[in-house]
Amino acid sequence: MIWLNQIIQGVLLGGYYALIASGLSLMFGVMRIINLAHGDLAILGAFLTLLLADHAGLDPFVSLAVVLPALAVLGWLLQRTMLERSLRAGVLVPLLTTFGLAIVVQNVLFEEYGADTRSLGPQIGDLAFSSWTITDQIYISHLSVIIFGVAVTVLGGLHLLLRLTPIGRALRATAEDADTAELVGINSKSVYAVAAGIAVATAGLAGVFLAMRSSFDPYSGPPQLIFAFEAVVIGGLGSLWGTLAGGIILGVAQNVGAQLNPQWQIIAGHIVFLAILAARLVLTEVSSRGGFRVVLAQRV
Amino acid sequence: MSLLKVERLDVRHGLLQAVRAVDLELQEGETLALVGANGAGKTTLLRAIAGAHRPAAGRVLLDGADVTTAPAYRRVRLGISLVPEGRRLFPGLTVEENLLVGGRSGRKGPWNLDAVYGLFPALRELTRRRARVISGGEQQMCAIGRALMANPRLLLLDEVSLGLAPVVVQALYETIASVGRQGTTVVLVEQDVARALGTATRVACMLEGRIVLERDAAAVSRDQIVDAYFGLRRGAAA
Repeated sequence: MIWLNQIIQGVLLGGYYALIASGLSLMFGVMRIINLAHGDLAILGAFLTLLLADHAGLDPFVSLAVVLPALAVLGWLLQRTMLERSLRAGVLVPLLTTFGLAIVVQNVLFEEYGADTRSLGPQIGDLAFSSWTITDQIYISHLSVIIFGVAVTVLGGLHLLLRLTPIGRALRATAEDADTAELVGINSKSVYAVAAGIAVATAGLAGVFLAMRSSFDPYSGPPQLIFAFEAVVIGGLGSLWGTLAGGIILGVAQNVGAQLNPQWQIIAGHIVFLAILAARLVLTEVSSRGGFRVVLAQRV
Repeated sequence: MSLLKVERLDVRHGLLQAVRAVDLELQEGETLALVGANGAGKTTLLRAIAGAHRPAAGRVLLDGADVTTAPAYRRVRLGISLVPEGRRLFPGLTVEENLLVGGRSGRKGPWNLDAVYGLFPALRELTRRRARVISGGEQQMCAIGRALMANPRLLLLDEVSLGLAPVVVQALYETIASVGRQGTTVVLVEQDVARALGTATRVACMLEGRIVLERDAAAVSRDQIVDAYFGLRRGAAA
């Protein structure tokens, strides 16, 4: 029963990972940028929400109506002013740019708020700890179900946006072949800026949920980036539902690891990630050489 | 006023000068065949007109307006559409999505999904298939359809017959001729000179980046084109 509980909690945690991973996946899928500041932009969203709670007394869920559009505009501006220029200089420069951006965001937040660990838990009242009791060993927290539901909604919404809307078609066309997209009348720079806006807004949404269910400080971004990155890679690049599956696998691995030994939570996630990555590399190599049968025959 | 005017256009790929001081003028409704050997600069000239290459010198005018520095997507909105060499469909998008992306420029005109399916009935059966899985001829129809969806005034076609069966090429050229008769100005780059002359009202032959022969299609002899094509007895040809 305790194992079942860990798996359920892992699945729900996976929803959060998928949520933070979706924007990372979108930016990589559309403009081939790995945004190393993704985790820090999530934490920036958490601090903005905290700011609104402290100064305007806004409920965190209400303040999302302000924070998410603000972050979308920020993402749009980042793309137009910095990332667009970086992209022109080759594939490595955006990595350096976003790495620098990550450091700037961390240090600005540190300058403003210091190293104290904070949480939005106190702002959301009972929701921080209320739960459904399933059996005496299984409790399901209301908040984690909300986060999971939001994650599925965001991923589903993104999926529908990409499949069914004109801007979604333009995004996919630009992702596949930006030069040709320009030739058929798509302004790829403005499409990229829209993708960046969506990505940063979803990062901020994930950051606010992190802040509600746990705690954060100005340097909480990089670990979130790593989890998001692992979820994207496990799920397979470019697939939104794969990202959800990747997040769930990562969440379950961490929780099962924690049950084996409380110190193994994070490392178990990393090990599963590395194992899946290695297995995928081996499979790719084997299939490029003509399958297992051929490879084994060569060995003998 | 001429629909397209190219003045002293130079286009470079790094150190290589692919197009040298080209002058070209097209009236509305004309169909120009651009012929020449591989590497003569035909594709580069077409891409420079479409905005995919920024010229090193010279000007491109559409209906009298200077579009030399306009990016490709803006030229589509002004009415220049290119069907690129190798078709360059979006492979993961369906046939219908490829067409719809082509219609995003929002130009008004006779072309919409129904009109394109009317022109290429074969595509109507394939609307939900991904562009990567359909045949080469179907891909070429889709690529032409995608360009038409932008309701171009000037349609640039780069080697549409490349790698296709003769019967498919024949059908494509009949379609292109009908698009031309409906008033769209067409520039087609083609290796097959006879095919090009059969469709075009005017012919221009390029050699080493220059236009070395330009005549009405009806008034040009095969020998004149062969001479210009290979640069033989250039004085006599020009």
